[in-house]
Amino acid sequence: MSTPGSTGATAVSSSGTLSQAPGKQSRNTSLAGFDASAPLLQVTDLNVRFPTEDGLVHAVRGVDYTLRSGEVLGIVGESGSGKSVTSLAVMGLLPGAARVTGSVKYRGQELLGQNDRSLSRVRGKGVSMIFQDPMTSLDPVYKIGAQIQETLRVHDRSLSSKAAEARAVDLLELVGIPNAAERVHSYPHEFSGGMRQRVVIAIAMANQPEVIIADEPTTALDVTVQAQILEVLQTALSETGAAMVMITHDLGVVAGIADRVLVMYAGRPVEIGSVEDIYYEPRMPYTLGLLGSLPRVDSSTRERLTPITGSPPSLLNMPPGCPFAPRCPLHIAECDEAEPERFQVGPGHTAACIRTEQVAGAHGDAAEVFSETAEDSVLAADAMPADLATAEGGRDAAAPATPPGDQIEPGAGVPGGTGSLVSSPTSPTNGDRA
Amino acid sequence: MSTAITEHASGGVTGHGEPILSVRGLEKHFPIKGGGLIKRTVGAVRAVDGVDLDLYPGEVLGLVGESGCGKSTLGRAILNLQPATAGSVVFQGRELVGLDRKAMRPLRRDIQLVFQDPYASLNPRLPVFDIVAEPLVIHGLTKDDKELRARVRELVETVGLNPEHTNRYPADFSGGQRQRIGIARALALQPKVLVLDEPVSALDVSIQAGVINLLEDLKSELDLSYLFIAHDLSVVRHISDRVAVMYLGRIIEVADQETLFSRPAHPYTQALLSAIPLPDPRRERARQRIIISGDVPSPANPPSGCRFRTRCQKFANVLSDGQRELCMTVDPALEDRGTGHLNACHYAETQSIL
Repeated sequence: MSTPGSTGATAVSSSGTLSQAPGKQSRNTSLAGFDASAPLLQVTDLNVRFPTEDGLVHAVRGVDYTLRSGEVLGIVGESGSGKSVTSLAVMGLLPGAARVTGSVKYRGQELLGQNDRSLSRVRGKGVSMIFQDPMTSLDPVYKIGAQIQETLRVHDRSLSSKAAEARAVDLLELVGIPNAAERVHSYPHEFSGGMRQRVVIAIAMANQPEVIIADEPTTALDVTVQAQILEVLQTALSETGAAMVMITHDLGVVAGIADRVLVMYAGRPVEIGSVEDIYYEPRMPYTLGLLGSLPRVDSSTRERLTPITGSPPSLLNMPPGCPFAPRCPLHIAECDEAEPERFQVGPGHTAACIRTEQVAGAHGDAAEVFSETAEDSVLAADAMPADLATAEGGRDAAAPATPPGDQIEPGAGVPGGTGSLVSSPTSPTNGDRA
Repeated sequence: MSTAITEHASGGVTGHGEPILSVRGLEKHFPIKGGGLIKRTVGAVRAVDGVDLDLYPGEVLGLVGESGCGKSTLGRAILNLQPATAGSVVFQGRELVGLDRKAMRPLRRDIQLVFQDPYASLNPRLPVFDIVAEPLVIHGLTKDDKELRARVRELVETVGLNPEHTNRYPADFSGGQRQRIGIARALALQPKVLVLDEPVSALDVSIQAGVINLLEDLKSELDLSYLFIAHDLSVVRHISDRVAVMYLGRIIEVADQETLFSRPAHPYTQALLSAIPLPDPRRERARQRIIISGDVPSPANPPSGCRFRTRCQKFANVLSDGQRELCMTVDPALEDRGTGHLNACHYAETQSIL
């Protein structure tokens, strides 16, 4: 068991940058009964299905990842991509109706299928969680001090209430709550959203967990408060030495905090890589499109955004083939045959796409791949002239083929037109053939 | 309206001509009722507390601020959806404050609102055709059914939706498509000004980009002016010509987009810009962040003097006691303090943040 009050002495730094905390201390105190040498958190082929009136909704379809000690893994994706369900499954917090298969191992021990009692030993101590909405994740009828103390005493029965309260005050100070000694006696409604999220973080780090799962921890907050909370999270990580899974839809937040990034689409990881791989050399068209559709606050050139057309597929009765294919500008017939595995595209970098080479040619510039008139091109794709379609289908393996949308719809008035194709460096005569 | 005032609120930008919409000293206070049997007014939430703004024809004016700063209330007060407590809103020479519903109705043709939440702003029991046709029917703008059908079809096509789908209900559409329906409805009366209240905040980024592009296209095609209310500064920078920053019921800085983002002068604008995480790992990790403490104070009881001083890093760390006196006692006016644009800080200094 940990020594009470061991972390409380350190004051919170109130200023400074969001740079990575230097040298997160490694810990050797794993939970009793767990193998400290086994991987921290290993998720293998995780599937979650929800029975509904319309059929089974396959919300998570084979998630694999390994969380290493001290690292921050960012999970990004749009709403409905399954990123939250994944983390709830890891914590065993899904409703009973959910059908969860696969494996979630914490320090070598399987968590899936365990009963609530044994999971309670792990929750908060081995793996703790920070939820999105600080307005609903605290109990409104208990003082916040009592809620922190409960977390402490659940995992350390020998802790006196006095020691627990002292530790609660220390924790509140650590997360930057002023007058912590008085504020432990406040109720959640007396706190603002940002302050409540600090309390939730204090609870999450109370027992020195090895893993903190943060599910959209700043989404409900304003930017200036978000900056404060991200800093508190960094403090929490360096204090506890924990590894973190950071789930968010905000690509800016992930860029600042994550070491590795997992991009989810339609319930599956479609690209995993280091933060630099994902942002500067994405290989999955979806990742590229996501980055291209972001307006940039640090750019004064107001280039047109490159939206991804269409919407994510329904997770009910998914058709075979790549789930991104209907929205993908690089879509070819082969994409509809089978859902692609994640291929190795670099050291520690995998992407679920059979045309990653074409994406590589864009070097992170979404406009190269995603046509500006993509909306029209999707509609026009059906009316693709037969000769072009066959020409393309026949040579896709050899030379990179032109994205079908662009060939059909050069786009009236679009600068670049056919010239901006990914294939233009390798097959400059392609346009003439059309 | 004198030209001096016009220049005053324009953010130092001239050459726009006459503003299409001009807001002066606008206030919207919500009374706070006491407990007890007889509800007496014991105070007021000063949601909008003296705002001056000008919107020029063909421009996009971004209005940014954190939640609770009064930006949505300002939008509604301008449209007279919530009657203003004091001040004036002049639209094409006509005063809107004080007009009743009946007198407002013909003016509603020219100023329309697009709401934030596409799930709540469309009647779930009406097919899309009826939703888009409703304003046309109310204002009697089409002479027969045939013309109505043609007009709705045209509107639906304008916003990039398939006109074959107008017999479907809002529930059959995704968030981005619903927001397009809301935009089609707002465009039905051929307005001159659109007030867009967080039009893309409820949408995922890949969908959001399409709606932003649509709004940009519509603006130039239909010669519209936008008051674009949002909390996302990246979106605002992308779409706006000028930007006004709001804090606790007041405008604290106005400038053209380039100036505001590259040379902000107010400490709040600087902190706001510095707080935005950049989707670029190398740049994001190399940044020096200004972190302001605390939360927005209650608009029922704003601080004396400068409203931002309780969270201002300049007030806390840079100014001397003598200089702080001014911040605590004198409410800074929105004026040009030698930076070429308007701001409300006694000690304004431009600083490059991004």
